[in-house]
Amino acid sequence: MSSTVGSRRVSVREALADNGALAGLLVLVVALSVSAPTFLSTQNLLNVGVQAAVVAVLAFGSTFVIVSGGIDLSVGSVAALSAMVGAWSSAEAGLPGPVALLLGLLTGVVAGLVNGALVSYGRLPAFIATLAMLSVARGLTLVVSQGSPTTTPDVVSFLGSDLTPYLPVPLLVMLVFFGITGFVLSRTYSGRAMYAIGGNEEAARLSGIDTRRQKLVVYALSGLFAAVAGMLLAGRLSSAGPQAAVGYELDAIAAVVIGGASLSGGVGRATGTLVGALVLAVLRNGLNQMQVSPFWQQVVIGAVIALAVLLDTLRRRTR
Amino acid sequence: MEFRGVAALSALTLALTACGSGTSSGGGGDLTIGLAISTLDNPYFVALKAGAEKAAAELGVELTVVDAQNDATNQVNQVQTFTTQGVKAIVINPVDSKQAAPAAKAAENAAVPLVAVDRSVDEGKVVSEVASDNVQGGTLAAIELGRAVSGQVVHLQGIPGASASRDRGRGFEQGLNSGGIEVVAGQPADFNRAKGLDVMTNLLQANPGVKGVFADNDEMALGAIKALGDRAGKDVQVVGFDGTPDGLTAIENGTMAATIAQQPEVLGRKAVEQAVKAARGETVQEVVDVEVKVVTKKNVAEFRK
Repeated sequence: MSSTVGSRRVSVREALADNGALAGLLVLVVALSVSAPTFLSTQNLLNVGVQAAVVAVLAFGSTFVIVSGGIDLSVGSVAALSAMVGAWSSAEAGLPGPVALLLGLLTGVVAGLVNGALVSYGRLPAFIATLAMLSVARGLTLVVSQGSPTTTPDVVSFLGSDLTPYLPVPLLVMLVFFGITGFVLSRTYSGRAMYAIGGNEEAARLSGIDTRRQKLVVYALSGLFAAVAGMLLAGRLSSAGPQAAVGYELDAIAAVVIGGASLSGGVGRATGTLVGALVLAVLRNGLNQMQVSPFWQQVVIGAVIALAVLLDTLRRRTR
Repeated sequence: MEFRGVAALSALTLALTACGSGTSSGGGGDLTIGLAISTLDNPYFVALKAGAEKAAAELGVELTVVDAQNDATNQVNQVQTFTTQGVKAIVINPVDSKQAAPAAKAAENAAVPLVAVDRSVDEGKVVSEVASDNVQGGTLAAIELGRAVSGQVVHLQGIPGASASRDRGRGFEQGLNSGGIEVVAGQPADFNRAKGLDVMTNLLQANPGVKGVFADNDEMALGAIKALGDRAGKDVQVVGFDGTPDGLTAIENGTMAATIAQQPEVLGRKAVEQAVKAARGETVQEVVDVEVKVVTKKNVAEFRK
């Protein structure tokens, strides 16, 4: 959170660093437009938006957690479990689609609440509590699915479809959750509490914030967002898979950090996270179109993540 | 407090040990064979185990099955345990071909014959290797795709560097010269359906004139079919690999042109047969290639069991 109210003098370097992720995204887009002629078409840009949606929604949830100084490693598994519970409730248990969808979302919230309870009341480090959930949720996904993909109800498949040829639903869902994230972070009591807890938890507690309850809210939100992301992913495939979203928690964390949030808490914004998720999606899309060797793709993606974090470190050092 | 914690932990450990120990089956015959399987999370390996159990029952031997849950270290420990339990032969389905060397060493030191199934053991002594011919499968896929279409095709590859990706890709390239198809792009989608969807969407942007797709497994093929939408099975033909239930359904629906089916039950059966021969001191076949089969709409019903 840079202060624009106090001082009028904002250095050029600071302005650039503050928008480092955005500047990086623009550089990437320009570079790819030059090297891959098909990159800069409306359809392809829409594709990038759709491909960013799942990680973006996961990352919005992770933004709450990271701003409040925690970490959530379980979001990929929770996304898979929520989608699987939704699909199973409809395909195997015969519940109506909307009820199945709600059950799936509820699964995410419950997983998040368990994470939150372990962290705030059980005093477990967030890393450990959510690492445990990563394993438990993935295991439960296998238990529910018996190891095979399950068809999703129509209402979930709708989430992955196109409203009109140029209006994909995943893109809309991403924008809606972008709005919700921005609103929660800047306009609600819980949002301000997240920055306070991430900045200095003890000070936040002494100033009268019920830090334990607020952390419960943070992880529950992360679980809910993970469930929504899981539904999006399953909707795009019309099926929930036992191995869906493996490793997505790392993409989500990368998106948040590329967006300028600090892993030590107290810093982070919805716009940054959106840009971070777009950077990852643009990279993958461009690397495919340029036909970069499979062995080099992971190297490039890793290098971009490292550069982004380096920028974050440099920025904090200049303050 | 402290005591309760310890008690709870020991109870949990006991329960876990009970879950984790091997399941024995068979007719209680004169000898015991150990089967160390990579994972039972995947229906493919469950089928392999079923085939092995059937063969053991028929041959009148005891079969002990352990599941490494895709952890190579765990698997080494399990094979070592087998040697101390006095099994007469071990069938290993390696978690990883390269990381199975210590397991092979343990078996060799205890003079217990080792049979590798589905995946090879890179280093160490193996009396017999029972596997699907992935290279042949890739070639069959290229021929099948060449039969269905001519023109530009793309290749969705598995995890870069994994043996199944290498072998299927190599076979596919070998089979290309037989038909009128040309590979315009080859990109990895990690055997994953969601990645297959994204990578195919991106490749379609760069190569809108694509007429065919070969995916190294059915999951990626199903993702590609999603990306193609209405064009799948009409303008663009997709060929997969594995013959999973969802893949067979896509063939029945006409969205997938063909898949290359492996026969996991046969793999399990042949591996146990070789292991029993080795345990009894009879001659074993060093390499057993289990046939892969082309599945199309015509014969898909045979694979629905």
